[in-house]
Amino acid sequence: MAVEHQSTSTVYERVQQGAEFQELRRRFRAFAFPATAAFLVWYLLYVVLSGWARDFMGTKVIGFINIALIFGLLQFVSTFLIAWQYSRHAERRLDPLADKLRAEVEGDGGAKAETTVGKES
Amino acid sequence: MSHETLAVILFLAFVAGTLAITVWASRHTKDATDFYAGGRSFSGVQNGLAIGGDYMSAASFLGIAGLIALYGYDGFLYSIGFLVAWLVALLLVAELLRNSGRFTMADVLAFRMSPRPVRTAAGVSTITVSIFYLLAQMVGAGALVALLFGFTSDFAKNATIVLVGALMIIYVTVGGMKGTTWVQIVKAVLLMGGAALVTLLVLGKFGFNLSTLLRDAAEQSGKGDAFLEPGLRYATDASGLTGKLDLISLGLALVLGTAGLPHILIRFYTVPTARDARKSVMWGIGIIGAFYLLTLVLGFGAAALVGSDAIRKANPAGNTAAPQLAEEIGNRVFGDAGGTILLAVIAAVAFATILAVVAGLTLASSSSFAHDLYAHVFKKGQVTEREEVRVARIAALVIGAVAIVLGIYAQRLNVAFLVALAFAVAASGNLPAILYSLFWKRFNTSGAVAAIYGGLGSAVFLVTFSPVVSGQEKALFTDVDFSWFPLENPGIVSIPFGFLCGWLGTVLSKEYNNAKYAEIEVRSLTGAGAEGAVHH
Repeated sequence: MAVEHQSTSTVYERVQQGAEFQELRRRFRAFAFPATAAFLVWYLLYVVLSGWARDFMGTKVIGFINIALIFGLLQFVSTFLIAWQYSRHAERRLDPLADKLRAEVEGDGGAKAETTVGKES
Repeated sequence: MSHETLAVILFLAFVAGTLAITVWASRHTKDATDFYAGGRSFSGVQNGLAIGGDYMSAASFLGIAGLIALYGYDGFLYSIGFLVAWLVALLLVAELLRNSGRFTMADVLAFRMSPRPVRTAAGVSTITVSIFYLLAQMVGAGALVALLFGFTSDFAKNATIVLVGALMIIYVTVGGMKGTTWVQIVKAVLLMGGAALVTLLVLGKFGFNLSTLLRDAAEQSGKGDAFLEPGLRYATDASGLTGKLDLISLGLALVLGTAGLPHILIRFYTVPTARDARKSVMWGIGIIGAFYLLTLVLGFGAAALVGSDAIRKANPAGNTAAPQLAEEIGNRVFGDAGGTILLAVIAAVAFATILAVVAGLTLASSSSFAHDLYAHVFKKGQVTEREEVRVARIAALVIGAVAIVLGIYAQRLNVAFLVALAFAVAASGNLPAILYSLFWKRFNTSGAVAAIYGGLGSAVFLVTFSPVVSGQEKALFTDVDFSWFPLENPGIVSIPFGFLCGWLGTVLSKEYNNAKYAEIEVRSLTGAGAEGAVHH
């Protein structure tokens, strides 16, 4: 990244404007925001059906296992799946870019105010 | 030997073990980072277990198993909200908070805003939420001891509250975050082990056939198939539209509250990097999810094997369903001695659970008092870390003492609503402030202050005038009626109101600092400048 030293802008502002950071932010938000919307809607649908669609929820599927129970268990499954998918996404698409940008910022002395920086990097 | 004696012995063994850990931790607690954040040296797995330990309170262990045992399916609804909530923490909060804060929730807000007003607001909110939660746990401890150890006198209940309070003060003041985290880890392992053991025995009893278990639970409950469907506890047919809205309100508070609970948020600071914070939430989700699946079996198992009459007789709210089930299944599988031992184990685990959760809450509130209110508001940052930690220890002592006194005084009151209120306040005040400050460029001091006070104020205000405080037989005050707000949970109104206040406060103020937003955005996403682990 070309670092132009302008007296009015900080290293963080310059990094923030850079294409790589914009890409990191886009990748982060492109997963986190739709996934959040999706699980909230999915969860609220479950709560609303529990309140308003009792007969449907009470329908037995296998033995005494009904739709309400399956729907509830599916909430567990979706939670585990989203968490797992996010973790994969973060490891592959976010972490390498974040590490690169972090090194740039810290190499630039932008984080000099933090005395503990760099102990594990 | 009676189960009471054995339970007391097991519990004392837990206390002795955790006190030894606490003394060990105190030798490795040298500076503020050690005291507030355990030196940021816990691994993702360790912190994941500790997250489970902090989160699986007696309310979720005994309370949810009891709810399922008495009301069937509706208890399960509760645990689903508690679990799904962790996705908010995972996707939007944990890593970004770890990267941009140091010790408390307020660190993230104070980053790009005028520190004194936002730290005051965040400190007030942290301490309020933690004390509500703490009080509910303390009162629960007093009630539990009567049921689990057979002590029924007021003296015994009060002595228990004093003992729980004294132990939590020792864990926090002596062991700091390091000691407290290890207490959570030990407790999480014991709780998962105990719950898994009873669950396996119950499932074995029903030939590992879930349908048979459900059939027997429905039969024994006397409610038939309705027991397996939503509607016996929340949004009952009699409660009409109000009940349905209350259910949605509760659901919203549960799912949005977790990522705003201060004692949960400070857990993300105990690991060296944002990646470890992510890993710890992943482990937390796995452990908490597994635990709620176990409580599902425990609840229906208690309904099928113990029966709702026997459960109600022991405790009208069903809080002893899990221990009663442990005794019953122990008796059936191993004979009388087995029942005695299992009951004692579960009783001791339940007590360990309360102790660990109250320690986490005391640490969160005393950290916020010392770091936010004392160091940054009263002393304007002119204070050494050494003195800050000393103040945090004193604060833990004072908060512990207050919790003991309130716990004894509130013994006769129905304070079960306090946990739901803590979630509602966290979702209405803390969450908007955190999310806006991480994601909204324009957000500023007046927005943060408005969000926190607006959310906190509206939640407390609406609960005060709700049916849980006055006007009905289960209310806090039964002989007066000043309730005009129909819902038991304020979330459906107070959460949007908190977000609205944050937006309105922001746009009404001209303050705006682009450089600081650039810094928090870059730091939160890249980890630049974040403090790593401390090695001594």
